[in-house]
Amino acid sequence: MRKIAIYGKGGIGKSTTTQNTVAGLAEMGRKVMVVGCDPKADSTRLLLGGLAQRSVLDTLREEGEDVELEDIRSEGFCSSLCVESGGPEPGVGCAGRGIITSINMLEQLGAYDDDVGLDYVFYDVLGDVVCGGFAMPIREGKAEEIYIVCSGEMMAMYAANNICKGIVKFAKTGVVRLGGLICNSRNVDRERDLIENFAERLGTQMIHFVPRDNDVQRAEINRKTVIEWNPEAAQASEYRTLAHAIETNTKLVIPKPLEIEELESILMEFGLFN
Amino acid sequence: MYSETPAPIGEIDSIEGVTPEELRDIMLDGLPSKTMRKRAKQILTNDPDAPPEIGANSRTVPGIMTQRGCTYAGCRGVVIGPIYDILHITHGPVGCGYYSWQTRRNLARPPEGAANFLQYCMTTDMQEDHIVFGGEKRLAEAIREAYALFKPKAISVYSTCPVGLIGDDVHSVCRQAKEELGINVFGFSCEGYKGVSQSAGHHIANNGVFKHMIGLDDKPVEPEPFKINVFGEYNIGGDAWEIDTLLRKCGITVLATLSGGVTYDEITSCHQADLNVVMCHRSINYMAEMMETKFGIPWFKVNFIGADSTAKSLRKIAQFFDNKELKDRVEEVIAAEMAALRPVQTEIKARHKGKRAALFVGGSRAHHYQDLFADIGMETISAGYEFAHRDDYEGRHILPTIKVDADSRNIEELHVDADPERFRPRLSPEAKAKLVANGFTFSDYRGMMSEMKKRALVIDDISHYELEKLIETWKPDIIGSGIKDKYIVEKMGVPCKQLHSYDYGGPYAAFTGAINFYREVDRMLSSKVWSYVVPPWVKDRKPEATPAVDTAA
Repeated sequence: MRKIAIYGKGGIGKSTTTQNTVAGLAEMGRKVMVVGCDPKADSTRLLLGGLAQRSVLDTLREEGEDVELEDIRSEGFCSSLCVESGGPEPGVGCAGRGIITSINMLEQLGAYDDDVGLDYVFYDVLGDVVCGGFAMPIREGKAEEIYIVCSGEMMAMYAANNICKGIVKFAKTGVVRLGGLICNSRNVDRERDLIENFAERLGTQMIHFVPRDNDVQRAEINRKTVIEWNPEAAQASEYRTLAHAIETNTKLVIPKPLEIEELESILMEFGLFN
Repeated sequence: MYSETPAPIGEIDSIEGVTPEELRDIMLDGLPSKTMRKRAKQILTNDPDAPPEIGANSRTVPGIMTQRGCTYAGCRGVVIGPIYDILHITHGPVGCGYYSWQTRRNLARPPEGAANFLQYCMTTDMQEDHIVFGGEKRLAEAIREAYALFKPKAISVYSTCPVGLIGDDVHSVCRQAKEELGINVFGFSCEGYKGVSQSAGHHIANNGVFKHMIGLDDKPVEPEPFKINVFGEYNIGGDAWEIDTLLRKCGITVLATLSGGVTYDEITSCHQADLNVVMCHRSINYMAEMMETKFGIPWFKVNFIGADSTAKSLRKIAQFFDNKELKDRVEEVIAAEMAALRPVQTEIKARHKGKRAALFVGGSRAHHYQDLFADIGMETISAGYEFAHRDDYEGRHILPTIKVDADSRNIEELHVDADPERFRPRLSPEAKAKLVANGFTFSDYRGMMSEMKKRALVIDDISHYELEKLIETWKPDIIGSGIKDKYIVEKMGVPCKQLHSYDYGGPYAAFTGAINFYREVDRMLSSKVWSYVVPPWVKDRKPEATPAVDTAA
């Protein structure tokens, strides 16, 4: 079983990219579980055709200790398995602690057991690695491969660099490695070159360049992944290519995060001067 | 007559052939350099005439078993917990509530039919669920439930560490509950991690009591002539009752004791007093200062621990009121009390004169109890506080020179102004000037060091290692400290008196309490049972039993 976590700046398209990629893997016949690690609990909406999943933490709160795996895990597109960790409403409690609780609960309930026959588990994690709770998937080997969704926009690259610092910290004591950057294009000038160069300096690769396409938006309105909504769409093959690239990826590294000056110099080189 | 001039106190040259400077070196020797630099500022040889600067109220060195407690303990456990008719709710996991369940032996004696919640322990018993989703609803429910069950006059809520981490807004929950229930409900942000010791909790507690209780009730109290409050007295083993009784005999009325054996109503109306006297300077000086600014009530330090200091404190109060009848009455009471005390004192002094005590406790007790030992001719060779600040060691005159570090800045400093209607100076400027001209001091604390022997060892936040070296080298006859040291001291064959809880004893305050203390010390020193015990690991030690691995290598 490959254990993958998707990180990246807030709003960059982590959940969309994760679910479309998972759809590609599931279509290939892989058994995949997606664990949404965001209190908003919207990481599995496209696979499930709506916000249909009761979160682990809500269930835990309502049912007490008597929780069954079926209560918190639903089947989505192509038999993919969907779980939402959930969490408190904004401004109260501790969402990070919630993620720790819910991953522990999944383990206890046997969601990762051999007889489930998982090929992949994907953790879709909110925003930056802000605190211990959100680092949970990369601590203690819950996730072993990280992909960072970014774009050619400066703040997205700052965030990616920062996440690499988190990976380095946990890579030293554990098994976690960086699998690559996924460029979710924002149509920034020379975006592909910029991210390829950035990836190279981090010691990793740009595993795929996902072009901007309004079909993604159209599929989302229909509560579907692109592959399910229109299997023939050009964007559907982009996600299939990404799924395949992850499937065959062997380049797993401990990244070398950049100093801020170096990061800015790449932006100067590729961003400002054409 | 009352006099501020201290008696000469002498010097320690060497004990058991070891000078104070040598013992200090023994304690510091072998520490890592950074730790040594820090501890060197906290272990000093005394100079009563010019107390050296001590590194007090700084973070504990990791790795030592410190005597210190947390901010929550200082707020809930020490200062507010003893108020017996308000209901205390600990907002947090069950352990914080359970372990603060009346472990300090502060007693209450409510009148027939009155409420007393001291024996209860209430907590919100937070579970993981409340950490993740926030504990505010849980707290609101707990307050409602507590009110429905007990109908208290007021409810006080204490935040523990996790509450601060997840950011529960305890104060707004309390405000809503206050509106809903129509009783006083207030909260404290006294999360355990907030300060370097429980001292931060005392300050937070003072602020909260001042904001939410002091001055609420202006209904005139009984028109007695000499009305005072006793601050920093927590009625351990009944100390406050001894002080009350003594003052009443002299014709002085105690409106409120903060906060031993006290009620909500006593606190809300105590701003009508003529004078505040302060026992434990560390835990309550903030309140004395704030009440003077807002209401015009002067304050000074007293000490009712020890016969001589009790007499001195009574005379100072009488001097303040400057009333012939009161002064005469005080002298009569002192004479009568001393007549009862002196035979016991003389008998016990004969047996223990010249013996040595060492005291490591509190923020005032390590100072106050030296007077009790001095009453029976015993010498305090070393002393230190657990959580006091520099002013408690060196005296309040150094206050302007205390550097406010980040740890102290973390604690709110209330801005207090004179109350436009209720501020009333208790003394005319002329009367005050006359007293001061005669050597009378207000807002004073001379600190522990000015009253200890020259070259006595002063040790702040003592570690077990240092305590062991002290016992091995200087062989004190008795040690006064707390539960965290008690059994180590006794294993070394030395009697140890807990001066937080008094073990099972007390009261030790006032003349009557002093008699109890002399007898207790006599008992402990005359039957040093711990020194007769041979522990099994010594009895069974085989000569060949050397360590398999030389760990020193």
